[in-house]
Amino acid sequence: MKQRLVLVGNGMAGMRAIEELLKLEPEKYEITVFGSEPYGNYNRIMLSPVLASEQTIDDIILNTPEWYAENNITLHTGKLVTEIDRVQQRVVCADGTTADYDRVILATGSNPFMIPMPGIDKQGVLGFRDIADVDTMLAASQQHKKAVVIGGGLLGLEAANGLMKQGMDVTVVHLLDSLMERQLDPPASAMLKTSLEERGMTFMMEAQTAAILGDERVTAVQFADGSQVDADLVVMAVGIRPNIELAQNSGVYCERGVVVDDTMQTYDPKIYAVGECVQHRGNCYGLVAPLFEQAKVCSNHLAQLGYGLYEGSVTSTKLKVTGIDLFSAGDFNEGEGDEVLLMQDPSQGVYKKLVIRDNRIKGAVLYGDTMDGTWYFQLLREGTDISDFRSTIMFGQHDLGDAGHGDEARVAMLSDSAEICGCNGVSKGDIVCAIQTQGLFTLDDVRAHTKASASCGSCTGLVESLLASTVGSGYSAAPSKKPVCGCTEHSHDDVISAVKTHELKSMRAVFDFFEWKTPDGCAACRPALNYYLLARWPEEYQDDAQSRFINERAHGNIQKDGTYSVIPRMFGGLCTPKDLRTIADVCDKFDVPEMKVTGGQRIDMLGIKKEDLPLVWKDLSAAGFVSGHAYGKAMRTVKTCVGKTWCRFGTQDSTGLGVKLEELTWGSWMPHKFKLAVSGCPRNCAEATIKDFGVVCVDSGYELHVGGNGGIKLRMTDLLCKIDTEEQVLEYCGAFTQLYREEAHYLERTAPWVERVGLEHIKQCVVEDEAERKRLHERFKVGQKQSQIDPWKARAEGAEKNEFRSIEVVEA
Amino acid sequence: MSKWINVVALDQIPLLGSRVVRNGELKIAVFRGSDDQVYAIRDACPHKQGPLSQGIMHGNSVTCPLHNWKIDLTSGKALGVDEGCANLFPVRVAAGQVQLQLTPEPLAE
Ligand code: SRM
Ligand SMILES: Cc1cc2nc3c(=O)[nH]c(=O)nc-3n(C[C@H](O)[C@H](O)[C@H](O)COP(=O)(O)OP(=O)(O)OC[C@H]3O[C@@H](n4cnc5c(N)ncnc54)[C@H](O)[C@@H]3O)c2cc1C
Ligand code: SF4
Ligand code: FES
Repeated sequence: MKQRLVLVGNGMAGMRAIEELLKLEPEKYEITVFGSEPYGNYNRIMLSPVLASEQTIDDIILNTPEWYAENNITLHTGKLVTEIDRVQQRVVCADGTTADYDRVILATGSNPFMIPMPGIDKQGVLGFRDIADVDTMLAASQQHKKAVVIGGGLLGLEAANGLMKQGMDVTVVHLLDSLMERQLDPPASAMLKTSLEERGMTFMMEAQTAAILGDERVTAVQFADGSQVDADLVVMAVGIRPNIELAQNSGVYCERGVVVDDTMQTYDPKIYAVGECVQHRGNCYGLVAPLFEQAKVCSNHLAQLGYGLYEGSVTSTKLKVTGIDLFSAGDFNEGEGDEVLLMQDPSQGVYKKLVIRDNRIKGAVLYGDTMDGTWYFQLLREGTDISDFRSTIMFGQHDLGDAGHGDEARVAMLSDSAEICGCNGVSKGDIVCAIQTQGLFTLDDVRAHTKASASCGSCTGLVESLLASTVGSGYSAAPSKKPVCGCTEHSHDDVISAVKTHELKSMRAVFDFFEWKTPDGCAACRPALNYYLLARWPEEYQDDAQSRFINERAHGNIQKDGTYSVIPRMFGGLCTPKDLRTIADVCDKFDVPEMKVTGGQRIDMLGIKKEDLPLVWKDLSAAGFVSGHAYGKAMRTVKTCVGKTWCRFGTQDSTGLGVKLEELTWGSWMPHKFKLAVSGCPRNCAEATIKDFGVVCVDSGYELHVGGNGGIKLRMTDLLCKIDTEEQVLEYCGAFTQLYREEAHYLERTAPWVERVGLEHIKQCVVEDEAERKRLHERFKVGQKQSQIDPWKARAEGAEKNEFRSIEVVEA
Repeated sequence: MSKWINVVALDQIPLLGSRVVRNGELKIAVFRGSDDQVYAIRDACPHKQGPLSQGIMHGNSVTCPLHNWKIDLTSGKALGVDEGCANLFPVRVAAGQVQLQLTPEPLAE
């Protein structure tokens, strides 16, 4: 029999837990949901735009009654649960409805705090929490003129802005001398106040309310100093209190909130709690991003997977007042030993402040230009060392060595028809519409629903900006720890380190160790695991052909018509007349439809039938050619220029060195493609400064450059070091390559890897620590013993022959 | 009624791999799951006719090598937001031999 799960509180956190659970274990529970509001679950944070008439209630519904029905969930709306009978395992409602349970999720949210003062219960005095409050405010704005909002925090200002949009005169009363003091430092707060005043809002700062005056309905607000302000509507937004009444009455242990452990369990093991009603490690949260993380952990335990842990959240805030850009995160009040980076441009209304401790961002406040908020927030949560780009960090991500997108600001100005994802043809309008109508919050959601950013990923930054601007801070930035894929919660780093420290030597061992959710992985994780195992245990791990993308399985590039291309290696771009004759003969013999000189200084034969591949390779390998690995996450080409042998400017033998480098590195499997180049002088004809590893020869030796990329996001290399001899170039190259092979995530090229781990770290391992460099180079050579067995020759001689043969059947 | 034709010994298809069976112009991809379950599907992705036989198989689906559509091998239908369906063919294993019928099943709804 199915277990019975009862959710009390049909809000954002509770329903997110149910949705996550349905993804993991759709059949495990018979689910019943109680909500005291008369609706399905809706996006509470969007009440502000609804109040400002920018959206409607229909726009913000997240789960319709049909959704509950389709998922076999019994929904009771408009029913307040008044008791949890923990002995009988049954919840009881005010109207007598009951439901028996095996497990309960408590997600009762919080209540607006109403300052206890005379007159607080008069008509026209309310909090700002739910649809009913918004309806009341909208109705009041039709009949009345004067509104007072008590509280100059996020919620108060959003309420004030909405009421002003409805035509009311709004006065905001605040106890302290600066607005949103918990999210903003005084200068940003002052800028915000000025710009709200310009829109017509009135402020009374450092004012203490004493009483609400009026008969039945409010007529004025009185202050401690005796003064008064007229009011027909008073919105109280001074804070929220976790709603723990039900838990307390039922004897579930509470302090400020319902106390839970890292698995979101309360003191009663049958009862879980998530959302604003919860107190975790002493903290209560009032923003959705942490609540969603809690929901995920809770569902993980309800599904009995048992490994998710909630360890608390760092939060960030954005104000949803159209036309005002404001962002804050972390701890932005500098303490002793902290440093402050500040940028101010009053005429443009821009203010940015970063608080730095030990070269890491600790807090951020942005006003006027919040484009880089998500980026700073990511650096903050990941604790990234910023020393490498500290001098430009204030100018934002797009100033970072061209590796960023540079055009995120554009996204706000683009028209709805503008194409965002060039691979899948998805427009800005499609994405915004999907975010709004389907209630999407994360990049993965958007990928799944629209396919935007699901292919080459170069538009990821744009999609993230769209998410941030469409759902405000409800946007859960990708978790700092990204799982490898949907088959697991664990990250690439978790896998890389477990493969090493727990000596996992087969794919099954990895699946078992991490309790993979799928029986045999997916097309995303299997190639990654296969690579990690191969890179770590080159002499023991048995490569798994079925976990390789077809190009690597068939050792050629699949073309759109299902034929393949063949690119033999030409070491350093050098070739002989005999080489060219061989290639020409092969093209004639197999009717190759097209021959092309590639961008990598060699020759491509396109349009070869799969069955012919072993035959083509046989002829090529007889003439001494080996695979060019143009199809692999592997070492690709070493581009060279003519160098000192011929060129009047050449300083060293760049062609010869290129050949040696290619002889050292060919055949090596990598996290992603890997390209080298050697230029004979700083004129740099081989374009060495956009390669993964580039050498620029100079009169006195060799400059080594790393982390370049000429592809989707252009990035120029960083200078690693300058050295004296060819032997050194080879050793440094082997060591750098091996470090990348061991540390980078699968499908992460050197450019993003260098940016993630920092050039300093790479210099430390490859340049400064001589012993480490030699160890790395040694490990690289061990791996190469296995890798430099030419796959083409082996297949020409009959290996894997089934891969290339189809089965003919004739109907008798 | 179509008849069963022996095509290949089961152990000649790699686990989580496939073989292509040809009958004139017709190409059928025969897959073998990690539990030895076999599936037969027209070797043309409903998206742009990519050769599904060349994709990575996982569980009872295959990811097309050209643009990563995921196809369910029990229904022939594209999974996720993509829409499309490929023909399945009756297939079974008898005495270690994979047997196939060359007349496709009707497309799934
Ligand atoms: C054949 C070639 C184009 C040509 O006719 O010249 C080529 C062809 C392809 N490139 Fe390329 N690239 C070729 C040189 C380049 C270069 C130029 C270079 O290496 O100097 C670049 C930019 C430099 C760089 O990589 O930094 C380049 C950047 C890319 C990228 C973007 C990589 C990135 O990190 O942003 C991709 C997509 C990917 O890898 O995910 C790509 C992907 C592809 C694929 C493999 C697309 C695919 O997945 O099927 C193309 C295969 C066609 C085929 O079937 O043969 N190709 N590609 C070149 C082969 C060179 C060789 O001899 O091996
Ligand atoms: C106007 C507004 C703007 C906001 N803006 C943002 C923002 O920009 N960014 C951000 O991150 N967060 C924002 N928030 C906060 C965010 O909405 C909350 O953090 C979130 O909704 C809390 O989710 P929850 O599930 O814990 O509580 P809720 O969403 O409040 O859900 C609790 C539900 O439980 C029901 N309930 C309570 N007790 C019982 C009972 N005994 N029986 C049955 N049902 C019961 C309640 O009626 C309610 O529907 C905003 C909030 C408001 C009000
Ligand atoms: S640029 Fe590269 S990936 Fe794009 S069409 Fe040309 S060869 Fe293909
Ligand atoms: S042809 Fe299969 S995904 Fe495009």
